[in-house]
Formats: sequence, structure tokens, C-alpha cells
Amino acid sequence: MADDVPESTRREERSDHSPWNWLLVLPLIATLFPPLFNRVSPALAGIPFFYWYQLAAIGIGVACTLIVYRVTRR
Amino acid sequence: MFDNVDWVQFAVFTFLFAFVSVLGFLAARWRKAEDLEHLDEWGLGGRNFGSWVTWFLIGGDLYTAYTFVAVPALVFGAGAIGFFAVPYTVIVYPMVFLVLIRLWSVSHVHGFVTPADFVRARHGSSMLALLVAVTGIVATMPYIALQLVGIEAVLKAMGVTGHLPIIVAFGILAAYTYNSGLRAPALIAFVKDTLIYLVIIVAVIVIPYKLGGWQEIFGAAEQKFADSPNPADGVLLAGPVQLQYATLAFGSALALFLYPHSITGVLASRDRNVIKRNMAALPAYSFILGLLALLGYMAIKAGIVPIGADPEAGEPGDGNTIVPLLFDQMFPSWFSGVAFAAIGIGALVPAAIMSIAAANLWTRNIYKEYINKDATPAQEAKSSKLASLVVKVGALVAIIALDPQFSIDLQLIGGIIILQTLPAVVLGLYTRWFHRWALIAGWAAGMAVGFWATYQIQQKVFNADGTVTVTKEHFGGSAFPLSELGFDTPNVIYAGFLATLANLAVCAVATWLLRAMKAPEGHDATRHSEYFADQDDPRLQDLPEVVH
Repeated sequence: MADDVPESTRREERSDHSPWNWLLVLPLIATLFPPLFNRVSPALAGIPFFYWYQLAAIGIGVACTLIVYRVTRR
Repeated sequence: MFDNVDWVQFAVFTFLFAFVSVLGFLAARWRKAEDLEHLDEWGLGGRNFGSWVTWFLIGGDLYTAYTFVAVPALVFGAGAIGFFAVPYTVIVYPMVFLVLIRLWSVSHVHGFVTPADFVRARHGSSMLALLVAVTGIVATMPYIALQLVGIEAVLKAMGVTGHLPIIVAFGILAAYTYNSGLRAPALIAFVKDTLIYLVIIVAVIVIPYKLGGWQEIFGAAEQKFADSPNPADGVLLAGPVQLQYATLAFGSALALFLYPHSITGVLASRDRNVIKRNMAALPAYSFILGLLALLGYMAIKAGIVPIGADPEAGEPGDGNTIVPLLFDQMFPSWFSGVAFAAIGIGALVPAAIMSIAAANLWTRNIYKEYINKDATPAQEAKSSKLASLVVKVGALVAIIALDPQFSIDLQLIGGIIILQTLPAVVLGLYTRWFHRWALIAGWAAGMAVGFWATYQIQQKVFNADGTVTVTKEHFGGSAFPLSELGFDTPNVIYAGFLATLANLAVCAVATWLLRAMKAPEGHDATRHSEYFADQDDPRLQDLPEVVH
């Protein structure tokens, strides 16, 4: 089936592989191990570490996806 | 029907509600299609949404009204565990980044509208596709019903009682969804999300200021949990809850983009870059959700008592009302009206998209597959439009005629059962190693384990004298004690995680067995290169006949 497609409609073989994709694992490591952040101090403006750290981790997630998007853009 | 209604508040709420209703009807003319009588148009908005529209649409779709009332309610009642919504929505986008672009590409080439369409083509099994479709519909239905719970919480806080208001609200919603399809929630999402951002940002600045700062707020929460006899609550995670926290966040993240309504939002986008950009931009909503969760603690400090609660008798009341009550107490009437409208409209967008997604599953994978094999695009669109009405009536009946608790229980199980489509859909995007029959066996095993586990879970109330009262024998939550499996540990785990492990194990073993027995393979209608196709690549229907 695949071989019947005329050359004109075929694109060169592409893939999504990139070593940069490994960056996407970082946010998981940062947030899925509660012992890393399950504590009160250092508090930030009265907000325990547990809470502001995880809110800050949103930034880690954004940074990682953004970098992967930019460097793998064709 | 109206007890002590604040009329300014009510007027602002009603005005905004009416405004989005008009928008919903006008949406049919927005990015006008040549012919709305086609599922690509009615059900996927023309498959042509750019980055901004997609951001509002998916944001409005995933962060539902129920989330907005239930997450702070959980934080209010149990503390840190309720904050799982943050790691959940941090990890979900990096996790699905690569997966969704593959799904988009192959769906673009083949014109797939639902995840079950993909499963059918990839694994060559209509049985497996039917299971995926039915699982999707069953998981979505209670979710729609819960959006009504979100609206009801707001109405209750305004003093509006009785079922008539939500019947009217849902009637209007059903009418403009029927009329405009996915364009209606896409357009309304702009209003919904703008209001939500406005309200939450104002709330996290004004309310802590009025309550004397974050130190005071967390102090009050610590005091409440120290006084509470429940060993699992607290401002930090108690030891055994940590595993539950992580598995709940991880399991929920795996489940989110398996839900048909999430996939509808993704497939409606124009190209791969729109999806990639959104994976980086959608966490803005996660930040809002995190702040919203903290409203639970603010409600503790503000001394909010949920509607229907009786602290003397140990009756917890309707926790979902705490956020509306907090807004009511903290804001002037007109602004609390805006805040209530934000939550109420927040229910409409996901309810519309969910009903469209469920209707598409019905049309593509049941109606066209079994009832009218030669359905024309116009017949498909008609079938979906009607199905979207049926779905909404069903949700309405579930809330009005049955105990809303039934929908809450079902939604809890919904997350667990939708996870059972993971091997067929997500792993299927990467490999055809799994045998189609093994995927069916794995699905069945995962369902069985999921139901068994949630059936075992009791809901308990810890009394001041140290005794424990079981308030619900079965389906009391999703936190499964590992001791039930014979492990000598106090740890609890998310039941969906357990069910998914069972599913994967059965898939692997059964595949190995079926291969050894040389069971017939299904036909794969997709090709490797199609998983990387982008907008400028030809769609299969545009290619010359040689492809077939």
C-alpha cells in the first residue's frame, strides 16, 4: 500500500526524535517526589515551601516545553 | 425559589450569562464555514483553530467549573492533598507534548474525529474501537453532570434554589451547542477565561490583604488540621499520603488527554505548532488553579461554614459552596456577581465540548459503524447534533432525579476507566507490538481491578473522641490502601494507577501468548510517515485513489 504512493505526494521520512526531548522528563522529577518539597521552610511571604515550590515548578514545566518547542521547530 | 437574593449580584450574574448565550448563537457565523452540516465543521470547528483560539478553548475545556469549586473544597477539608491539582497540571503538558502531535498528524491525514476512529484504523478491530468509544462516553457523562453541580453551588450561594434555573441554563446551552457546534464554546471560552483570570487575580490580592496576610491564613489552616482528629489531613502531606499524592497527580495527568473532550480540543487545532505552543502556554491556567486551591485555606481563615453544614452534629455540608460563599463575604455585590458568573460560565464551556465529544463518539463509532454504514457527512452532523441534546438531557436528569453524589462517584470512577484506554490509544500511537485481543483483555482486567479497588474504599469520618465512623461502605474515594493487597504498609495509592498497571501487565502477557498461538493480526490502515504529517501535507481523501 505504502509503496504505491507516487513520489510526488511522498515526503521525506521525518521523525520527532531529538535529544532535547529528554528535557520533558525534568518537570516530572521536580514534582512527583513529595519528600523533595514536603516541608514548611523556607517560607515565602508566609507561604510554606510546599506551596510556593510547586507553583514555581509551573515555571520549570513551561521552560522545558518552550525550549523543546523552539529547538525542534522545523 | 429566591431566598435573600442580593439583586445587584443576581443582575450582574444574569447579564453576563445572557451575554454569553447570545455569543453562543452568533458563533455559528464566526469563521463561517461553507457548510456547517459536516462533522469536521460542527464537531471540530473546521479543524482550523489557531494558537489563541486553541489556548482559550482547551483552557476553558480542561479547567472546569467543577474543578474551580471542588479543588478548593478539598483543600478546605483535607489540606495539602488537594494541592495535587498543581503537580498534575504541571506534568501533564510535558507528558503529552510528543503524544498529541502524533495523534493530531495521523488524525489529520485520515480525518479521524475521535480517539476510537484512530484505534479502529490502527489495530483493525471494531470491537476495540467500540470499547474505547463506550468507555469515553461513560467517563464523560458524569463529568457533564458535575458541571451542573458547579452552577448549582453558585446559585445556592446567591440564594436561588430549586431546579428551574439550571434547567433553563442547560436548555439555552443545549440550543446554541446544537446550532453552532464547537464554535460556540470556543467563542464563549474567551469570556469565561477572561472573567476567571480577572476574578482569581483580584481574589488572591484582595482576600489575603483583608485576612491579614498569608501567615495568618496558613496559621488558621494549621490550627484547624491540628484540632481535627483525621490523621491524613494537614498543611503538609502526612507520611502515608505522599504516595497517594504522587500517584494521583501522575494518574490524573495520564487520564486527562484520554478524555474525549480534551482530544476534541486538540484535533480542532490547525497544525502541529499550535499544539506545541499551547503545551507551553496552557500552564498559565495551572497557575490560576494553584491560586484557586489556596482559596480553600482563605475560607478556613475567614470562618466560612459550607451550606448545609452543622459542626455540632459533625455534618460537613456541601463543601463545594465554600468558594462562592467566600466571594460573597469578601467582595461587593457587583463583583461577587462577576465572580459567580465566571464559575457559572465556566460550567458551560466544558459541558458544551464534552457533549460534542460524546456525540461524536456516538456518531462515528456506533451510529456509522453499526446503524448507518453509508452515512453522508450531513447525516453524521445531524446524528451528532441530536446526540448532544440527548447527552445533556441525560446529565440534567442525573442531577435532578438522582442524588448528585451518584454523579460524583461516577466521575471518580470515570478517571479510572478512561485510563484503561491508554494502551490502545497512546501506546498504539507508538507501537503495534500489542495484539488487538490482548488490548481488549487488558482493558477488561483494568476495568475489573479499578471497580474492585474503588468498591473496597470506605469513606470515613474521624470523631473527636478518637473513634472512626464509616459514612460510606463503598466507592468512598480513590485512595486505595495497599494493605488491602496484603502489604504491611500504611501507604495509600491512587486506584486508577493500580488498575492501569494491571491493564498493562495483562496486555503484555496476553500479547506474548497470542503471538505464540499465532492469533490473526488486525490490519493497520496507517503508515509510519503519517504520524509526522503537518498541515501542508495532503489528507488521505485528497490523495489519488492509488492509496487505497
